[in-house]
Amino acid sequence: MTKKHILSILVDNEPGVLSRIAGLFSGRGYNIDSLCVAETAEPFVSRITMVTKGDSMILEQIKKQVNKIINVIKVTDLTDQEFVERELVLLKVNAKAEHRAEILRITDIFRGQVVDVGQEHFTINIIGDTDKITAILTLLKPFGIREIARTGCIAMFRENKSKS
Amino acid sequence: MSKLTGAQILLRMLKEEGVDTIFGYPGGVVLDIYDELARTDLKHILVRHEQGAVHAADAYARASGKVGVCLVTSGPGATNTVTGIATANMDSIPIVVITGQVPTKLIGNDAFQEVDIVGITRPCTKHNYLVKDVKDLAKTIKEAFHIARSGRPGPVLIDLPKDVSISKTSFKLPDDVQLRSYNPTYVPNRKQLLKVVDMIKKAKKPLIFSGGGVILSRAHKELAELAKKNKIPVTSTLMGLGGFSGMDPLWLGMLGMHGTYRANMSVSECDLMIAVGVRFDDRVTGKTDEFAPYAKIVQIDIDPTSIQKNIQVHVPVVGDCKISLELLNQMIDHEDMGELKPEHQQWLDRIDNWKKTTPQVYDQTDVIKPQYVIEKLFELTKGEAIITTEVGQNQMWAAQYYHFTQPGQFISSGGLGTMGFGLPAAVGAQVAAPDKLVVDIAGDGSIQMNIQEMATAVQYNLPVKVVILNNGFLGMVRQWQQLFYDKCYSSTKFQHTPDFVKLAEAYGAVGLRATKPEEVEKVLKEGIVCKKAVIMDFVVEPEECVYPMVPAGAPISKMLLV
Ligand SMILES: Cc1ncc(C[n+]2csc(CCOP(=O)(O)OP(=O)(O)O)c2C)c(N)n1
Ligand SMILES: [Mg+2]
Repeated sequence: MTKKHILSILVDNEPGVLSRIAGLFSGRGYNIDSLCVAETAEPFVSRITMVTKGDSMILEQIKKQVNKIINVIKVTDLTDQEFVERELVLLKVNAKAEHRAEILRITDIFRGQVVDVGQEHFTINIIGDTDKITAILTLLKPFGIREIARTGCIAMFRENKSKS
Repeated sequence: MSKLTGAQILLRMLKEEGVDTIFGYPGGVVLDIYDELARTDLKHILVRHEQGAVHAADAYARASGKVGVCLVTSGPGATNTVTGIATANMDSIPIVVITGQVPTKLIGNDAFQEVDIVGITRPCTKHNYLVKDVKDLAKTIKEAFHIARSGRPGPVLIDLPKDVSISKTSFKLPDDVQLRSYNPTYVPNRKQLLKVVDMIKKAKKPLIFSGGGVILSRAHKELAELAKKNKIPVTSTLMGLGGFSGMDPLWLGMLGMHGTYRANMSVSECDLMIAVGVRFDDRVTGKTDEFAPYAKIVQIDIDPTSIQKNIQVHVPVVGDCKISLELLNQMIDHEDMGELKPEHQQWLDRIDNWKKTTPQVYDQTDVIKPQYVIEKLFELTKGEAIITTEVGQNQMWAAQYYHFTQPGQFISSGGLGTMGFGLPAAVGAQVAAPDKLVVDIAGDGSIQMNIQEMATAVQYNLPVKVVILNNGFLGMVRQWQQLFYDKCYSSTKFQHTPDFVKLAEAYGAVGLRATKPEEVEKVLKEGIVCKKAVIMDFVVEPEECVYPMVPAGAPISKMLLV
């Protein structure tokens, strides 16, 4: 059964590493839903958080193949464990005078912030997991979303629970 | 501390890694390296095409068990290596390819003969490097050799900009390689092996299925012990030929698309399959759902990605083939195993019977049969030659009719199926084994893909023998057209082929030809004893097919026999 998986991949912070991973996925026909790369607390190590999907046999191959790349230090599949997941979204939504109050209320409920205002639009900043992001996008859609920028998902274990 | 140039460091490090021979071709950005090379005792084999350099280094590695090395220039020199690198990558062969690169300052500017070879070869190397600072060079070379030869071996490329090979730095031997991101598992999990012992004890129809991993880890002795002590018949992939003696009564021959009847039937009926150093390629499994349908499958491999990729196995064992088999042999207590079970004996009898009822045969007529040439070659060389092959029918007949007894004796492009591999491979193998007879079993098509390496063979007095099975066709493709495309021989017949005897002579080699069956033995004998490079042109039956054959995608028990 095809399922969404969040992989946390620690890699050497070197030129070309991202291309090795992206190349592996395109070359073998694996899916990348989103990809997020940044440095970690440790110098020379970056974390790639990747959302991918596939059945269990494909996922097993993906994890092994990624692990096989010489610059990959560790691959963890967060999906079967307790983890926290966040994504940041910037969205520019049409905001005519008669809709402004409603849009602000929705933004408030989702603990978003308006980071830019114009005559006819708001730019809103939302942080949350996939469900929350999907929910607010659905609610704001009727007003007309002009533009969206998403960071892609980042995630980590919940330390206390995963230890048991 | 002495200061050395990048070029000097490179050559010094090659010596440190035990390299004595390089296959290469010079050009602008590697001039400094070649200049230094002239002052060392490293042997450099000047090939005639960079693809030839890589295949030669690859076969050198296969024949010797050492890492093969090549050195080429940037741009076209580098791109010419790609087919060779992909060939080595598919067959897990340890080579290090050093490409020159334009000076670091010019990288990215579309400079003359600039190409992003690191980008191009990323998907077909085990790993690759662009060295931007001469201070990193020694360490990078050490790492490259370590990665190429350890774990599941493979090709590693080092791209070396011209300015890096000129600049100087103080040289110190690098420490041993420690990579926290790369630690292959050599010693397998004991619990998994205990399961295997138990399964062997219970099995009534056991089968060993061995592959290239057995050759790469030189696990042939351990494999023979496992097979013989437990009376388990052995089949292997093309890449595994020579991992178990082709003369042993337990040997079934190769399995798969052109496997023997008994090998494919054994796979289809066995109740235990011990797969060692294989990756279940589609040419082996046929239709995967019907592969070994009654078997519990054990898979031993050093590369976890080879396990559960194409075939679901019951007991995965991640480890080096040699170490794993050695431990397994130690763990099997033969007293405890008791007498051979009657069902097991029946299994062996059944296989013997298959051998008798469906032997590998061909009709002898008044035209030369290609199979006959290989049979005679086997006989006259006493089975002791190193055989390289091209790709196509010639390759399959070589695999079927020559019987191999040693790892590194059969050298063929299995995974990529690269036409043009055989001749440069023969050159590389002959350099690695100067005292052995090296024969390239070739097709009239493939041989023309790297024929220029005849000049290399002649220049270095390498007495390689080329046996051309000249059928006037791209035979294997024609066979598919005959069987599956209503004999529409679209673009598979050569309307013109050079005279290979004259061509041999033009290269300064010896050319011989046989056109009738009764000439075969004489030509082979004359070719074999000749101290020079020889091309033997055997004009064979044009429309012979390789049998048995499993049509692509069919279960391997469904073979076409003639
Ligand atoms: C570089 C390359 N191009 C094309 C092919 C496809 N191919 C596989 S076998 C074959 C025919 C080979 O002809 P020949 O060398 O005469 O061998 P034969 O099958 O006749 O023995 C071809 C074209 C290939 N394997 N490699
Ligand atoms: Mg041919």
